[in-house]
Amino acid sequence: MKQFKPSEEVDFLVIGAGAAGGIMAKELSSAGFSVVVLEQGPYLREKDFEHDEIKFTRLDAMTNNMKRQPQTLRKSGAEPAKLQGQKFLQYGRQVGGGSVHFTANYWRLWESDFQQKSRHGSVAGATLADWPITYADLEPYYTKGEEELGVSGLAGANPFESWRSKPYPLPPLPVKSSGVIFERATKQLGLHPFPAPMAILSEPYRGRGACLHCGFCETFGCEVRAKSSTLATVIPMAEKTGRCEIRPDSCTRKIEVDTNGRVTGAVYFDANRREVFQKAKALILCANGSETPRLLLMSKSSRFPQGLANSNGLVGKNLMVDAGYEAFGLFEHPLNEFKSVQTTRAIHDFYEPDPKHGYYGGGGIDARFDFYPASFALSGLPKDAPRWGAEWKAMVARNFTRTLTLLAHATCLPQEKNSITLDPDVKDAWGLPATRVTFDFHPDDRSNMKFLLERQIEILEAAKAQKIWTDTADLALLPHNHLMGTCRMGNDPKTSVVDRYHRAHDVPNLFMVDGSSLVTACCQPTCTIQALAYRAADHIAGEARKAAI
Amino acid sequence: MPDELISRRQWFALVPMSAAVLAAQQHAHDIMRAAKPAALTVLSSEEAQEIEAITSQIIPTDDSPGAREAGVIHFIDRALATFDSDKRALYTEGMKQTEATRLELFPNSKSIAALQPAEQIRLLEAIDKTEFFDLLRTHTILGFFGNPSYGGNRDLVGWKLIGFEDRFQFSPPFGYYDAEPRQ
Repeated sequence: MKQFKPSEEVDFLVIGAGAAGGIMAKELSSAGFSVVVLEQGPYLREKDFEHDEIKFTRLDAMTNNMKRQPQTLRKSGAEPAKLQGQKFLQYGRQVGGGSVHFTANYWRLWESDFQQKSRHGSVAGATLADWPITYADLEPYYTKGEEELGVSGLAGANPFESWRSKPYPLPPLPVKSSGVIFERATKQLGLHPFPAPMAILSEPYRGRGACLHCGFCETFGCEVRAKSSTLATVIPMAEKTGRCEIRPDSCTRKIEVDTNGRVTGAVYFDANRREVFQKAKALILCANGSETPRLLLMSKSSRFPQGLANSNGLVGKNLMVDAGYEAFGLFEHPLNEFKSVQTTRAIHDFYEPDPKHGYYGGGGIDARFDFYPASFALSGLPKDAPRWGAEWKAMVARNFTRTLTLLAHATCLPQEKNSITLDPDVKDAWGLPATRVTFDFHPDDRSNMKFLLERQIEILEAAKAQKIWTDTADLALLPHNHLMGTCRMGNDPKTSVVDRYHRAHDVPNLFMVDGSSLVTACCQPTCTIQALAYRAADHIAGEARKAAI
Repeated sequence: MPDELISRRQWFALVPMSAAVLAAQQHAHDIMRAAKPAALTVLSSEEAQEIEAITSQIIPTDDSPGAREAGVIHFIDRALATFDSDKRALYTEGMKQTEATRLELFPNSKSIAALQPAEQIRLLEAIDKTEFFDLLRTHTILGFFGNPSYGGNRDLVGWKLIGFEDRFQFSPPFGYYDAEPRQ
C-alpha cells in the first residue's frame, strides 16, 4: 500500500473509511488523485471476525464503546444531559465502518421519498423538506453500487419499488423459515411480500465466494467476504491503485483552515496518541451522522467561531434515527433462525405515508431473527416469562429455535431540536468533548410506529403463532445504528449545510458525504448513502480536474 | 465442532496468521480442554462458592447441565479480572447485601451454599429486583451461552441445551417451514 508523508499535500483527505468513505477512496484514487483515509478504528481482517458474541456485542470490538466514547442524552434542551450506561447511537469503528457489521439490508429509496414535503406538506414541529435531487439523479449510482459491491435481490418482486435501469446482479438468498411464514401470512392478508434485497452474495461474484449461511451477519464481520462491505470490495481496489493510503487507528480531532477559509488538512491522534497534521488540497468528511457534525463543531477557529461549515447553526441538527417497534412470534416447529442471513422477506405495503391516517409516517416490515444465544437468553422470551430458574431454562431451551421477530423500519421526522452537540463537561478517552445527544421522537413518529406494530401483530396472527408479544421501548430499539440528517443537503444555504453535490455551503474545499447528508430518514440508509457517495465522487473528481475546488 | 474448527482453519490457511493470534487461539483451546478448572484470580474460594450457589439457581442443573457444570464461576472470575474489572465493587457490595438478606430469612444459616435448594430459591426471589442480581444474571447467561474461550460454556453445554450450532457453513433447508414442499 502506498504511504504518504503527513507533510505531503495529498489531493484528498477522507475522514472515515466506512460505507461512504471506502467508496470515495476507491473512486477518487481510480480517477488518478492521491488520497489518504483516516480511520479512527483498527484495520481488522477476515481472520478477526470470529463467531464470538461477547467480543462483538458486549465488548464492542467493531463499534464505539461507552468507556472510550461516552455519550450523554437528554430528551430536550431544557433538561440536563445524563451520561448513559447503554449506547444510544452506535457506529462502525474499523476500516469498512458500519458496512462490515451491518445486517446488509439494501433498500433503495422510492421516487416519492425525494419530494415528501411537496407531497405531504409541512408537519408541525418538524423540518420536513424535499431533497435537492431526484430519484432519477441517483438511479445510475444505485445501479453502480449494486453492481460494484454485489447485491442479491429480485427486481420487480416488490410491486411498489421505483423503476430501475438494471436488475440486481445476483438472485435472492435462499428463503428461511421466517420468510416462508411471513410470505404466507402477508399474502393471506392481501399484502405483497418480496425477497429482501441484501448486500450479501447469493452466488460467487467478482472473485468473492457466496454466503455459507453461518448466521453471523448482524453485528459481526463476514469471515468469508460474502457480505459486500467496503472492506471486502472497494477498499482493496483503492489500495491497488497505488494512490490511496488507508491509515487506521487515526482519530481526527480538528479540521484546519487558512485565512481564506479554505481547509488545509486535519490534525489527528495516531495509534500512540501523538498529534499529526496531514496536509490536503480538499477534505471529504465521511465519519457518519454522529461523528461528522461532532468533528465540525470541534473545528472552531476565529473565522468559524461556531464550528466549521456552521454559519447558519444547523450542523448537528435534524438528527434522525431508525424507528420501529418489534413484535415476536413463537411457532410449533423449529425455525432455526440462527442459521443464514438475518432476513429474507419484507413488505413495503405501508411504506408511503397515507394522509388518511392523520399523521405523517410510513415504513417497511421484515421477518428476521436478531438474536444470538446469550442475547436470546437475556431478552428473547415473552415478557410474562420467568427470568431465571428451571422453568426459564426450559423455555429458553424450547424457544430459541422457534422464535422469530417482525421488525418495522419506520420514518423518523427531522426536527431541529434533535441534535448532536458537544457535551460541556464529559470528555472521551482522547480528552475531546463527548457526544451529547438531544433526541425524542415526534408524536407522529410514535403514532406511525404504533400503526405498524398493529400490522406486525396481524401478520403474526395470520401466521398462527402460538404466542405473540411486543417490545415498545420509549425510544425504540437501542442502540440506534442509522444516524442521519445532521448536515442536511439542500439548495438554500440558510436551511442546509451541504449543497446538492455535498459541498459545504461555507467552505469550497470541504465535502460531507455520509448519513449526515440525508434530508429525510431512509428506513434502510446504507444503500442510499453509498449511491450518494458514488454520485458525489463523480462530481468531485470532475470539479478537481477543472481545478474548481 | 472439531470438524468446523478444521474447515475454518483450512480457510485461513490462505491468510498468514500472526504468532499472537495463534498463541491466543492455543490458549483458548487449552482452557476449553483443561480437565481441572483454572485457578481463580479475583474471587476467593469462599466468595466463589457463594456466588456459584446463586448462579446454580439462575441456571439450575436438572436433566441437563446447569451453570455449575458450564463453569460459569470461572467466566465471572475472568470477567472481573478483565473487561468488567470496574464491577468488582458492585459484586462485593452485592454479596454483602445478599448475605445479610440470607440471615434475615434464615437466621441460623451458615452460608448460601449450605442452604437447601428451596431456601436458595426463596433468597433469589428476595433479591431478584436488585441491580446486583441483574448483573449476576447477565454474567451467568454470558458465561453459560457465550463463547467457551471465556472460561464458561464448557463442553458447549449452553449451546447444546438450545439447539444452537456454531458452524462455518449451513445449507438450506434451515428449518421446518422452509423444508416443507412449496405451495
